[in-house]
Amino acid sequence: MASRPQTVRRPPTAGVNLSLNNPTVRAILYQIVVVGAVGLVVWYLVSNTIENLETRRIATGFGFLDREAGLPIGESVIPYSPADTYARALFVGLLNTLRVALIGIVLATLLGTIVGIARLSSNWLVAQTARVYVEVLRNLPLLLQLLFWWTLFRDLFPGPRQAITPLPGVFLSNRGVQLPAILWQPGYGYVLGAFVIGVIAAVAVSRWAKRRQASTGQQFPVLWVSLALILGVPGITFMAIGAPFALEQPELRGFNFVGGVTLTPEFAALLVGLVTYTAAFIAEIVRSGILAVNQGQWEAALALGLRRGQVLRLVVLPQALRVIVPPTTSQYLNLTKNSSLAVAIGYPDIVSVANTMLNQTGQAIEGIAIIMAVYLTISLSISAFMNWYNRHIALVER
Amino acid sequence: MSDTQSHYTSPTFAGPKAGQPGRSFADIPPVKWARANLFNSWLNTALTLLLIYFIVKYAIDLVSWGLINAVWEVPGNDTRACRDIRGIGACWALINEKFRFIMFATYPYEEHWRPALVIVIFLALYVVSAMRRFWNRKLIAIWLLGLVAIGVLMWGGVFGLRYVGQERWGGLPITLILSTFGIAIAFPLSILLALGRRSDMPAIRVMCVTYIELIRGVPLVSLLFMASVMFPLFLPEGVTVDKLLRAQVAIIMFAAAYLAEVVRGGLQAIPKGQYEAADALGLSYWQKTVFIILPQALRLVIPPLVNTFIGLFKDTSLVLIIGIFDLLNAAKTSVNEPAWRGFGVEAYIFVAIFYFVFCFGMSKYSQDLEVELSRHRKR
Repeated sequence: MASRPQTVRRPPTAGVNLSLNNPTVRAILYQIVVVGAVGLVVWYLVSNTIENLETRRIATGFGFLDREAGLPIGESVIPYSPADTYARALFVGLLNTLRVALIGIVLATLLGTIVGIARLSSNWLVAQTARVYVEVLRNLPLLLQLLFWWTLFRDLFPGPRQAITPLPGVFLSNRGVQLPAILWQPGYGYVLGAFVIGVIAAVAVSRWAKRRQASTGQQFPVLWVSLALILGVPGITFMAIGAPFALEQPELRGFNFVGGVTLTPEFAALLVGLVTYTAAFIAEIVRSGILAVNQGQWEAALALGLRRGQVLRLVVLPQALRVIVPPTTSQYLNLTKNSSLAVAIGYPDIVSVANTMLNQTGQAIEGIAIIMAVYLTISLSISAFMNWYNRHIALVER
Repeated sequence: MSDTQSHYTSPTFAGPKAGQPGRSFADIPPVKWARANLFNSWLNTALTLLLIYFIVKYAIDLVSWGLINAVWEVPGNDTRACRDIRGIGACWALINEKFRFIMFATYPYEEHWRPALVIVIFLALYVVSAMRRFWNRKLIAIWLLGLVAIGVLMWGGVFGLRYVGQERWGGLPITLILSTFGIAIAFPLSILLALGRRSDMPAIRVMCVTYIELIRGVPLVSLLFMASVMFPLFLPEGVTVDKLLRAQVAIIMFAAAYLAEVVRGGLQAIPKGQYEAADALGLSYWQKTVFIILPQALRLVIPPLVNTFIGLFKDTSLVLIIGIFDLLNAAKTSVNEPAWRGFGVEAYIFVAIFYFVFCFGMSKYSQDLEVELSRHRKR
């Protein structure tokens, strides 16, 4: 075990001082004792575990991953049948987790920003409504909210025949939410390609404009040109291939809906619960971020002759984001980890699949190791990305 | 779960101008106030009217569902009256019928006064701890006394009280026990972890960082699963530990990691001069930590600590997933009986009131404390 030398200056001539009064020696001793104690505890637990596994005849290792799962999964992004392997079942669970987490993060950011700005509204009623929203949602356990939404969707919504139709083609019933689906047309590949080209061109234009402004001081309407490139290029392509467009409407056949996109009650409850809950936290972050920008910044920027939109975009937002991004990152991580509560309402996320798997195989250690490994990987990736973004916008001190 | 970190407290320098909608009804005549705060522009007028429309509409729906059309009592388990008005009126008869079950779950019915008294003791302990004039050694004695009383009442077996095993405990006392002990035991652990993370000794630092990051990287659900299926494997043959205790251990492990990060924030905020001054006085590491650093560091982080407590209090509801009868699970189970199936919304609203009162109370308290402590600092 290595030890960093302490910051204590030793007399250069003296030999090695091995007395207990030497802080370096003491530090090494402490560390040996602590590591030894922890090691002993771990060794004790591991040896108990090995013994228990032997007496209970529980298999070890990840060999079961190749076996047939025989476990039905309610919803899946990729084709799946109970005849597939455990590995594939887990992958389905992982995709379900990622699906709800990604959609949830996007929606929670949108809703949270709106509520956060609403809390700062000069309109008293708007500000108070946002405040009540935040206080109620933040002070109730998420699991309670998820169960509430799930019960609402499952028990209080009518059957498919009496489904509520808030918009044409949208059906709310106890079978979940039915939405019309946009059918994929042969030319859509080109539109997607055009969109990518548009984005690349917009980035190039904005870089060029920045360089030009830095060298000549001339401005260029970057925003409008970029918008035109990003929306216009795929739009023109869409028109060029003859604007093919078709919706598949959900239809009531027999006792259930056919066609369209179906969000199961479980998915809908989980998504609504996660989004509304996380949005309450993001709203507080956004609010404090905006408040953290000194009023003088507004006044100074306006005095320089910038328009209000420019002040917001060029002066206030960059400073507010610096306050907003780090805590928002931890909210994204929380949302992802909170999606594990899906197991309580029966949405087949990774925890739910792994839990069923460990009940079937009895291999608890492997099952929990998989769950933990998956979440650690997701957590580390999100925080790595957000750290990169944070560095990108952080204050560069000169 | 795990938003433990993030009850965001109000920013310290909230500008007086931005986003402080006029609050003082008293000073300004109502019409003038409404003009300034509700109808000061076309957009705001439109927003106000739209919001008023929705608020009134939903308030009417809610009142007619929750009060006017609600069924308050049904004979026995005959819930036809409730079923007839499904979706139109609430079935509060459920709460009437299942009140005892939701509060105490499977605790023996004739002994219900004991967990009820436990709830009262817990509440008294919280109130006493919240009062700053009790913040001294006396508080520890009060707590020890309270906890002994709680143990005696819950288990029984002495003073002529019937013994009640842990497997029969449930309802609100379980929620309070899990969160109180979780916080009380995790807090000292978290201080050690935070000190370890800032230690000069690499082996100790690495261990603490690994533990904190590992626990914070995984959801509480996975720790609870670990507690319910893996802990039994860790113990030697023949030794069994009660499920409630295992869940409590998982919650303590989880809470310690999150609290450690809060405490670390406080430690980092202490100026270097304090450490150096303590060293110059010749204090040992522990003297320096206990007498100089921690009192200042912990005082700084009281608001985020309370916010973490709120998060942990809410997170105890997750023990539902491994089948422990806390308040939320009792509510969920109360509608399992066929006669009452489908009235979950009512049960959840009922327990939501309890959670809200506790969490909102704590967060208001932390805001007041923040103001009071910063005023103290300014002087």
